[in-house]
Amino acid sequence: MINCEEAQIICHKTQYKDASFWETLKLRFHLLVCKACASFSKKNTRLTTLCETASIRSLSDKDKVRMKGTLEDKI
Amino acid sequence: MNLAKRNISMNQLNPHTWVDRYADYLFNYAIARISDEEVAKDLVQETFLAGLKSAKNYKGTAAERTWLIAILKRKVIDYYRKINSKKGKAEIRVNYKPGIDSDGDWLEEQVADPGSILENDFIENEELGLAIQECISKLPKKQSAVFTMKTIRGLQTEDICNELGINPSNLWVMVHRARTALMGCLNDIWFK
Repeated sequence: MINCEEAQIICHKTQYKDASFWETLKLRFHLLVCKACASFSKKNTRLTTLCETASIRSLSDKDKVRMKGTLEDKI
Repeated sequence: MNLAKRNISMNQLNPHTWVDRYADYLFNYAIARISDEEVAKDLVQETFLAGLKSAKNYKGTAAERTWLIAILKRKVIDYYRKINSKKGKAEIRVNYKPGIDSDGDWLEEQVADPGSILENDFIENEELGLAIQECISKLPKKQSAVFTMKTIRGLQTEDICNELGINPSNLWVMVHRARTALMGCLNDIWFK
C-alpha cells in the first residue's frame, strides 16, 4: 500500500507519462480506495488538459539571458 | 533604486526580476497578436526597456504585470501603425476565394458564421493561456522553472535534473508544489 503523499507524486508522474507500470498499478489501486486522491487526480488531469489547450509558449533560456543582459545594462 | 523606496506601501517595480517573472507572459500576449516570433521577442524586450525608462511615472496603483502589459499593448499598436505607414497607408483587403466561381453572393459567403466556435475558442484559449501564465509568474522561481521546463517545454526529467543540479525526487516535489499551487490559483471556472 502507498500513502496519499506517494500517490500524489505518482499522479504527477502519470501526467507526464513518467510513471512506471508498477507505479501506475499502485496508483490505480490507491485511487479506488481513496476519494480525496481520486478527486485530486481528476483535477490534476484537468490541469494537464488546460495547459495543453492553452498552447502556452515559452522563450528559450538563450533569449531570456540575452534580454536580461540588455536590461541589466540599462538599470 | 530610490523609486522603489518611494512606493513603500504600494506596488513596487523590481526590474531585476522582470525577465524571469514576466517575459513568458508578455511573449504569449505578443505572439497571439503578432505571429512573427522575432518581432514578438523584440517587442517584449522593448517593453522592458520602455518600462525602465518610464519607471518614474509608475504610481504603484497597478500591479507590475498589468503596468507592463499596458506598455506592450501600445508597442503592438505602434508596430501595426509602422508597418501600415511603410506601405503608404492602412489597407483593408477583402479577398475573393481564388479558384472558386463565386459570382453573385460572394460577400455573403464571407460573413462570419455565427454558429462557429472557432473565434471564441481562440479568445478563450488566449485568456486561459494568460491566466496560467499569470499563475506561473506567482510561483517561487525554482518551482516555476521546473514546471515550465517539464510542462511547457516538455523536457525529460533527467535533463532538467542535470541542468538544475537536483535529483528526481526533488524535482517531483517541486512539480507537486507548483501543480497544487496552480490548481488553487486558476479560477474555478476552468475546472468545471
